[in-house]
Amino acid sequence: MEQFTPLPSLIGGMLIGVSASAMLLFNGKIAGISGIVAGLLNPTKNDTLWRGVFIAGLLAGGLLLRVFSPQAFTIAISRSWVALVLAGMLVGFGTRLGNGCTSGHGVCGLSRFSPRSLIATITFVATGAAAVYVINHLLGGTL
Amino acid sequence: MNSLFTAFASGVIFSIGLGLSGMTQPAKVTAFLDFTGNWDPSLACVMIGAITVHALLYRVIRRRPTPLFASAFSIPTRQDIDPRLVGGSALFGIGWGLGGFCPGPAVTSLASGHISVVIFVAAMIGGMYLYRVVEGLQEHGVEVRHRSPASSWLKADS
Repeated sequence: MEQFTPLPSLIGGMLIGVSASAMLLFNGKIAGISGIVAGLLNPTKNDTLWRGVFIAGLLAGGLLLRVFSPQAFTIAISRSWVALVLAGMLVGFGTRLGNGCTSGHGVCGLSRFSPRSLIATITFVATGAAAVYVINHLLGGTL
Repeated sequence: MNSLFTAFASGVIFSIGLGLSGMTQPAKVTAFLDFTGNWDPSLACVMIGAITVHALLYRVIRRRPTPLFASAFSIPTRQDIDPRLVGGSALFGIGWGLGGFCPGPAVTSLASGHISVVIFVAAMIGGMYLYRVVEGLQEHGVEVRHRSPASSWLKADS
């Protein structure tokens, strides 16, 4: 528990809620990152530019973090590139099959009390916990 | 033009929120998922903060007939729980625990230049392409049984 950061995490979470609300109020869109990225891979007229611009905003914010808060990018877990490739493939494929990720289901979906998003969130937290249990407690924390 | 500015600003706010909250650090994400180990509940605070703000504002915003800079709201309406939702979320969760990244923090962390993030995001995009290939095979009748009607599951929630 020594690394618990309740206040920064609460404030950061509120900013994410502000961002999702701004996307809805101004653009009428759900701030689901996996869906926004996937839409870029299959460009259609009038539905691509806003996605690219939103992702550019994510990267611009990332650059601000890199300059003003570089500790935000501490990796500090031990994973081989094979594990990272497998993890990335599962995240990419799984979020498309399940229609959303932590932002689309976890933040936006739960905020509008969507039953699909509740089931999705319970499921990915459960299997994420199972994966971490195997890695940290059966495989010694590295993979 | 206005809508592009607001999309960009939303992206910036989103990634700053992720960075402040600690969610761009895979160690904090995996520590949240490590319920039987040295548990770090920070991610729950992120969700509480985000959902409290968005759930309140969502209700206010939806009273409007349209968004400010678009002709209509694009909001998922599906209510059904199907095997694809559960199976896809299960696979996503395994990848999330394995890599410590979900899509938002991964894309944001590209700005760090860490090679591990580049590998993860490249593989994530590969996984999204793989999904499209598999979906394309199904569309062409390779697996015609057990199909849900009219590909309704392709409509994204996010």
